[in-house]
Amino acid sequence: MTLSTAAQAAYIVAALLFILSLAGLSKHETARSGVVLGISGMVIALAATVVLAADGAATLTVVLLLVAMAIGAAVGLWRARIVEMTAMPELIAILHSFVGLAAVLVGWNGFLEVENGGGALAELPGSLLGVHHAEVSIGVFIGALTFTGSIVAFLKLSARIDSRPMMLPGKNSLNLGALAAFAVLTVLFVASPNLGLLVALTVVALLLGWHLVASIGGGDMPVVVSMLNSYSGWAAAASGFLLDNNLLIVTGALVGSSGAYLSYVMCQAMNRSFISVIAGGFGIEAGPSGDRDYGEHREITAVETADLLKEAKSVVITPGYGMAVAQAQYPVAELTRRLRERGVEVRFGIHPVAGRLPGHMNVLLAEAKVPYDIVLEMDEINDDFATTTVVLVIGANDTVNPGAVEDPDSPIAGMPVLRVWEAENVIVFKRSMATGYAGVQNPLFFRDNSRMLFGDARQRVEEIVSAL
Amino acid sequence: MSHSAQRLGVVAESAPGETRVAATPATVPHLVSLGYEVIVESGAGRRSGFTDDAYAGAGARIAGREETWDADIVLKVNAPSADEITALHDGTTLVSLIGPAADPGLVDALARRPITVLAMDAVPRVSRAQSLDVLSSMANIAGYRAVIEAAHAFGRLFTGQVTAAGKVPPAKVLVAGAGVAGLAAIATATSLGAVVRATDPRPEVAEQVRSLGAEFLDVGVAQAASTDGYARETSRDYDRRAAEMYAEQAADVDIVVTTALIPGRPAPRLLTAEHVARMRPGSVVVDMAAAQGGNVEGTRPGEAVVTGNGVTIIGYTDLAGRLPAQASQLYGTNLVNLMKLLTPGADGRLVLDFDDVVQRAMTVVRDGEKTWPPPPVPVSAAPTTPATAPSSAASAPVRETAAAPAGRPPSPPGRRRHLVTAAVAVVLFLLTAFSPNALIEHLTVFVLSIVIGYYVIGNVHHALHTPLMSITNAISGIIVVGALLQIGQGDGVVAVLSFVAILLASINIVGGFAVTRRMLGMFTRS
Repeated sequence: MTLSTAAQAAYIVAALLFILSLAGLSKHETARSGVVLGISGMVIALAATVVLAADGAATLTVVLLLVAMAIGAAVGLWRARIVEMTAMPELIAILHSFVGLAAVLVGWNGFLEVENGGGALAELPGSLLGVHHAEVSIGVFIGALTFTGSIVAFLKLSARIDSRPMMLPGKNSLNLGALAAFAVLTVLFVASPNLGLLVALTVVALLLGWHLVASIGGGDMPVVVSMLNSYSGWAAAASGFLLDNNLLIVTGALVGSSGAYLSYVMCQAMNRSFISVIAGGFGIEAGPSGDRDYGEHREITAVETADLLKEAKSVVITPGYGMAVAQAQYPVAELTRRLRERGVEVRFGIHPVAGRLPGHMNVLLAEAKVPYDIVLEMDEINDDFATTTVVLVIGANDTVNPGAVEDPDSPIAGMPVLRVWEAENVIVFKRSMATGYAGVQNPLFFRDNSRMLFGDARQRVEEIVSAL
Repeated sequence: MSHSAQRLGVVAESAPGETRVAATPATVPHLVSLGYEVIVESGAGRRSGFTDDAYAGAGARIAGREETWDADIVLKVNAPSADEITALHDGTTLVSLIGPAADPGLVDALARRPITVLAMDAVPRVSRAQSLDVLSSMANIAGYRAVIEAAHAFGRLFTGQVTAAGKVPPAKVLVAGAGVAGLAAIATATSLGAVVRATDPRPEVAEQVRSLGAEFLDVGVAQAASTDGYARETSRDYDRRAAEMYAEQAADVDIVVTTALIPGRPAPRLLTAEHVARMRPGSVVVDMAAAQGGNVEGTRPGEAVVTGNGVTIIGYTDLAGRLPAQASQLYGTNLVNLMKLLTPGADGRLVLDFDDVVQRAMTVVRDGEKTWPPPPVPVSAAPTTPATAPSSAASAPVRETAAAPAGRPPSPPGRRRHLVTAAVAVVLFLLTAFSPNALIEHLTVFVLSIVIGYYVIGNVHHALHTPLMSITNAISGIIVVGALLQIGQGDGVVAVLSFVAILLASINIVGGFAVTRRMLGMFTRS
């Protein structure tokens, strides 16, 4: 056993532990042990690598290495402790950007090593050197794309920049042009590696990442964030190819396919193709259904809602991003507790794209101490609405729009939605009569069994709780 | 703006044997609330058991025949006779069953008058229009009535019992076709205590059949029947297998209810005289397709006949009308839903919107201009049942007929998936074949890991998707390994770049795991 084979063995163990860690997340019961497995895998991999790197290296190098890890760990721990659950999407996005940037740096290093004649790579025969340079260029490209894309997503999610889609003329040709430029630059770079080309390639990728995400609107963020998750994985895998490291390849592939799967689930839930999300601009041509006369909506007060809830047999709450914005999850949890004490059956119906992150609503409700076994997904609860006395729609709009099912001309036609309108009573918490993200009017508000409760969701729910 | 409300007339039916009426005392208030002045012809509801007084009490005005026919909107059940068409005044809107596909002559006759005609039996099968779909509502009660008629003619109990006088076996019922009517028949027969079996060429209805407590008989070749180019061959194959099954079942069951219809074509023959001859004396066959030629050899439309071996074949064509009060109520509700759609202002003014596919499809004549047949309607949901009643049990092309009007470009998902798979395989093959050996090993690991990732992630609970993202975030920090190995390998620039990379990736690793743990700690059970 040499140091190097020991490290390889450690990598295989670590890779298996990562797979088991993700498998553990399939159920609530095993999720926590899944995290422990993941941490163990990471510790093993890092220990092996540090030993390998420290072997025969200068003391300064080892110190630098440990200092960097210590600073990173401290920062990471600090952010993880203080982050608000409503701010999870931002945190996830910024973490993606770190992976992206790290991949760019690793790629650059891979090139510089060869230039400097350092490392084992200098002795590579010509054809393998070409492959190596292609790997550098692909790794840097994906990394840089992930980096700026995630930065823009972070800025949009934290409302530091406008979340509306940026509409540059000919944006699709800009994207395609950037891809073509990447292909050309890669070929040139493989043929005659030089720093100028690598810089150009990096800049193209940075711009593409920025533009790609800037032209996607706020409501599509679940797809964007999971897409960037996927990219960060591919970036890691590309680095693995570059460094001849199977652990990176396995982990990158796992993360990449995870993000891709989540993007797919999100797209399904919006009945849209991945391409159409990336091409952006959804909801621009909401046209015809906007001017239709849907009739009158009716209002209800918080006290009347409380009376309705007292008499109810079963209540379903369908939260959307609006609940997170209004920070209403705590009063909602309190309301749930009170109603359950009264013997009312309370459940939650979560649409897959509710919130700004896959599974975001579940985390918010869990934080507010809502038991997870009454938080159901769309398919689990959709058939139960017909036997539900009251549905509370809190900060959701497009995900409860009957037009998606009933109006073939609706821009969101065919999107699977929560069929809240089948319930006896629907109370919609809303700030005003404005349309949702898709810019589509919601006929739900004008149904005979619907009542509107206008105002700040948090305040209104608190009023209901005190009226109970 | 003020205007007088339009008059809406509910006329008495003239067709012999018709018991239904287009409005009931329960539906009249809804029509009134839409702003219409509702006029009911005296005696219109008599055969459904609704008195003139009941209508008057509900807010309608009772009037004579002429005045009712003179209304601005006339609601009816059956298609009008030639006399009745002339009784309509110019500009009237007539709403009734028309059967435009089956009776083009009638549509031409209607179009010779400057009137507008909406056919209740031309409602497109989009989910939005379900509340108007009179064919479904009638098929439902007809299915119920078919079983009641069978029970009436059957000389025994449906439910099995052990009595002091001996054991009574439960009746065995076979329902052919599990559409709206078939499912209603299944539900009724099971609730009476019979042992129910059902068959249908669409394997996807098996679940619905079982959910009603019946056994699903699978002919077994339905799948192959839908393949293009082989339709004739497999259809014959299907027919042969289905015939074998019917022969076997006929000898075993007591009651057969057939519901097979193909839109625009004669009903398929399911039971031959030979099959009927195999049935035990006293058995009953109800042929719900009698009006379209019958599924059973020997059916006489409108009659119940007894065969030589004592089997009763019921061919009533008015099964829904044999429950007049219920049929009128459902038909009346369908009409109310239509009027709601046609009266967007609830101001007693009928507005026909040709941009609405439902209204367009139902309108066969507009202001004396023939508008039948309508342009094809894009079907939003997957078609559930093709038409009136259940698709056939015997004929393969039925499903194609039913699926034909779908407006969206049909995407054969199976074939497309195959193409994609093939393309990926080719690309992967070429990529690998032209790679140096070192790369091939990595590609192998890479490809297999993606597959593992896909299956592992596919199992993750929806509620845990956010923790999943943060944990994948943490483990993608494994890129730190790259930077760790590079830091000592090059000059100062490499060291600095590596330092930054290690720092960033470490934030990821520790931050990702820590926040995942924190999140998972919050999930609690009740």
